[in-house]
Amino acid sequence: MSETIRQNQTDSQSWLAVGAWWTLLLLATVFILVAYGDHLDVYEVTILFITGFSMAWLGKVWPPFRWHALAVAILSLFALQRYGGDLSMAQQDGWLNYILASQSAFMWMSAFYIAATFTYFGGLIARSDYTQKLGSSFAWIATTMGMTGLMVRWRESHMLGSDIGYIPVSNLYEVFILFCVVTAMIYLFYERRYKTRGLGGFVMLIITAAVMFLLWYAFDRNAHEIEPLVPALQSYWMKIHVPTNFIGYGAFAIAAMIGVAYLLVSSRAEKNPQSHFVKSMPSLAAMDDLMHKSIALGFAFFTVATILGAFWAAEAWGGYWSWDPKETWALIVWLNYAAWLHMRFTKGWHGRPMAWWAIVGLFITLFAFLGVNMFLSGLHSYGGL
Amino acid sequence: MSEKSSLKFFGKNSFPRRLLRFLGTMELAITLLITLAIASVIGTVLQQNQPYTDYLIKFGPFWFEVFESVGLYDVYSAPWFLVILTLLVISTAICVTRHTPSMLKDMRNLRTQVQRKSLASMKHNEQWASADAPATLAANFQQQLKDEGFRTRLTDRNGALLVSAMRGGINRLGYLLTHIAIVVICVGGLMDGNLPLKLAEWRGQIQIETRDLPLSQIPQESRLAVGKQAFRGSVSIPEGRSSEVVFLPMRDGYLVQALPFRIELEEFRIEHYDNGQPKSFESDLVIHDPELDEPLRQTIAVNHPLVHKGYAIYQASFADGGSILQVEAWPFDHRAGDPVMLDTKVFDNRDMRWGDRQYRLEMTNFRLFNINPDPTDEEPRRVRNYGPSIGFILRSHTGEATEYENYMFPIEREGRRFYLSGVRGSPSENFSYLHLPADANDGVEGFMEYLARLRDRELVGEIAQMMTRDALADLPEPDANLEESLQQTLMTLVGMFVRGGFDEVREFVENSLPEIERQTLAPAYLGMLREMLARVYFAGVEGHELDNTDNQNIFFLQDAVDAIGSLPRYHSPVFLMLHDYEHIQASGLQIARAPGQFIVYFGSVMLMAGLFILFYLPQRRLWVWLDAEGTGSRVLLAGMTNRNPRDFDGFFDEIQQLLKPDKREL
Repeated sequence: MSETIRQNQTDSQSWLAVGAWWTLLLLATVFILVAYGDHLDVYEVTILFITGFSMAWLGKVWPPFRWHALAVAILSLFALQRYGGDLSMAQQDGWLNYILASQSAFMWMSAFYIAATFTYFGGLIARSDYTQKLGSSFAWIATTMGMTGLMVRWRESHMLGSDIGYIPVSNLYEVFILFCVVTAMIYLFYERRYKTRGLGGFVMLIITAAVMFLLWYAFDRNAHEIEPLVPALQSYWMKIHVPTNFIGYGAFAIAAMIGVAYLLVSSRAEKNPQSHFVKSMPSLAAMDDLMHKSIALGFAFFTVATILGAFWAAEAWGGYWSWDPKETWALIVWLNYAAWLHMRFTKGWHGRPMAWWAIVGLFITLFAFLGVNMFLSGLHSYGGL
Repeated sequence: MSEKSSLKFFGKNSFPRRLLRFLGTMELAITLLITLAIASVIGTVLQQNQPYTDYLIKFGPFWFEVFESVGLYDVYSAPWFLVILTLLVISTAICVTRHTPSMLKDMRNLRTQVQRKSLASMKHNEQWASADAPATLAANFQQQLKDEGFRTRLTDRNGALLVSAMRGGINRLGYLLTHIAIVVICVGGLMDGNLPLKLAEWRGQIQIETRDLPLSQIPQESRLAVGKQAFRGSVSIPEGRSSEVVFLPMRDGYLVQALPFRIELEEFRIEHYDNGQPKSFESDLVIHDPELDEPLRQTIAVNHPLVHKGYAIYQASFADGGSILQVEAWPFDHRAGDPVMLDTKVFDNRDMRWGDRQYRLEMTNFRLFNINPDPTDEEPRRVRNYGPSIGFILRSHTGEATEYENYMFPIEREGRRFYLSGVRGSPSENFSYLHLPADANDGVEGFMEYLARLRDRELVGEIAQMMTRDALADLPEPDANLEESLQQTLMTLVGMFVRGGFDEVREFVENSLPEIERQTLAPAYLGMLREMLARVYFAGVEGHELDNTDNQNIFFLQDAVDAIGSLPRYHSPVFLMLHDYEHIQASGLQIARAPGQFIVYFGSVMLMAGLFILFYLPQRRLWVWLDAEGTGSRVLLAGMTNRNPRDFDGFFDEIQQLLKPDKREL
């Protein structure tokens, strides 16, 4: 009986927390509507509600997300308060200069993602659970700083001029940060749900690669500077098309990195099934399953993103499909993963070939994401190098 | 046809049946997915629908024809590409048709016919004994499972009771929705494609026009009447003008599609951000439709099209709409005549004569703003406005065309001011710029006067004589021969420089001097030339004492000499200066009719809904088999899922805990 009571207690506690979370979200939504309602059109209000409901649901099934969101909100609001509408405060105010101005926040994000990579792998090698947990914490801190940076940058773009402000998902620099944050979030969700801390280092590896690119892009090319938006991007569609797309990219990246881990573990297990590495990693079956889950998630969101992109194209370019290189490559990525999923579901393929295919899939995705902008010309050239 | 053969024709292993089976196989479907992906790559690597001459230059005549015959310049409407797409649609359709009945059945069916033995052999099963009678337990379990969102049914199986339960039967709908969606999207897309036009062309009903003709001269075979068909084309309308047609690009030519209304452009506007980047492109349109009581006025912008009667009108581009220009033509050779003022406009062509040469001047463009980064600036991202410019082509009597781009106002570089004129031989090259120094009054007179002085044989002769005397003043006794030949050489050098720039002077030095003396004499020759150029320049400046000159003159001289030195590569006998303009813009509109759009959108929504149902609402089945055992019962719980088996592990444990009485609670 006592077992049941305790169960009920935690239940009621967790419902209390969920209730508080939903109340906070409701208040935030109402506040945004009251404060900025005059500037939002019907589409943007819809997007606000969609965001609210998604966060409400996510916070319910995934408690740590609530703390993350709360931390981002507090840090962002604090940064905004320090700014007080004056962009030059970024250099004058210590808080902003060292921690919270978007550029500083991104540096913290980069540092913590790199630290997380080392800690995850370190914990794996040193057989230290504590160190691996530290890796998770670093990943959370990095994600929180990255998200805060994006929020603050959004505000900074508005401070640059009354006609300039926009959500920071408009160019290659901004979406790379989005990529890091989204990929880490999806991974952290899986990590908690499926107890896969051994995979942390592998996933952080691809995020670190993205971070390296970001640093080069910022320091060598000054890509971090906020530029006003070209007319083609001035649309509410950007707010949903881009983030949806990056949930897809992020999930595909995770699948590929799980694929790498799978191949390493399975080749090690063949030689020595009792090896420490094999034992401290999730089981092959678990990785195989997670790889599939990741690709399914990515596929679902990538499909939605591509369709939203088509809807947007119909408004901006005069047709929902123009066989523009970016569109075509999105189709290629889609076809590739569709084939992957069919092989898995109907033919029951699993294990190594699917792991290899997931890795190849990432390269195809990478070309659709980066290669098209670098090598091919078309309508969708917002992020040239 | 006899009965027997028809039987054979539709028989189980007949060819059509086998074909149908083959078309519906997963192997074929996956092969088609991959083939389509690979085929799609081609069109992204090779830029599609470019002018055919570009391809011809790129590939040469042989490969150009080969590639054209397999439709590589428009891959996505090439027959073979459409065949792959059609096969994929057929394959999907067959697959869906074949599976629909069983899927629909599976959505409802609770599988009450299942045997105890097969339940006991399922991966997820659990048995326990209970003190309660089967009927009581069955009622309890049914209620508990209902609370968990399961649909249940109780059946009597020869004395034993079976509770069958299912949740997520809708998962099968996910399969149906996603696969039907693919067919729907492709059909909708086909309706909006240009296949009907291709067929009409193939049957000879229409003919693609490849010539650049005025609208009135385009023949009837290249015109399409107003109708229900899909199309996507563009038209450029100058301010104050209107259009009733739109041009559909087709391979290397176009077709003319009539519209049921007239679109008038009142004004086109570009707004800029503070840093000069474009902020918005807008067109004020007036739609004159006989079916409307009064004309429809609307402003369109990028991302904000106007949809009228199913015709969507988009802001796509902009161009010059025939701006009125006043241009001053300065001949570089003053003997060809005085500067003249030309009244012209963009797209105007006229024949001109300078000296003994005939040219055709084609005005091609006018730009009000040139917001470019400054290449000499440290920060290449900083842009600034260089003001208006004109673009034109000079075509010589042999047909050789050179393209120019002249800026209206002088541009400041390191404190000096230049008139910039870009020149290039073909559109694929970058412009190289002539920097013509502006004089103290910001004009080109100073430069032209200096050039005229250099052409004045008499003046140059005098100055050469003076310079010769200065140079030979130190000789003990005058040498008339040497004087004569040095003066001649100086005059020749100046003449060569004016005619052929430094290139010709250098060539002369290399060809006429013996190799041994070249090393020492070449710099001397160039030094003499520079001295001459300076003397001629200062001969025209007020108070022309060489040593009391200011920097401004030195710089001007230096820049003028550089400009004259590069004139031979400028290939133009005149310098055109934009004097005045009246800007008239044209707005490039893209106009589309896509009757299949809503079918595609409907299919897309089906696809999105279907995917989430398929991935995240797994079908879960549970059975509880209850045998009477004394006064109590023997319980067998079994379960299965069609998706996410690992999540089901945990779920089955939870269900087990829910149904199985906890010992401690008893």
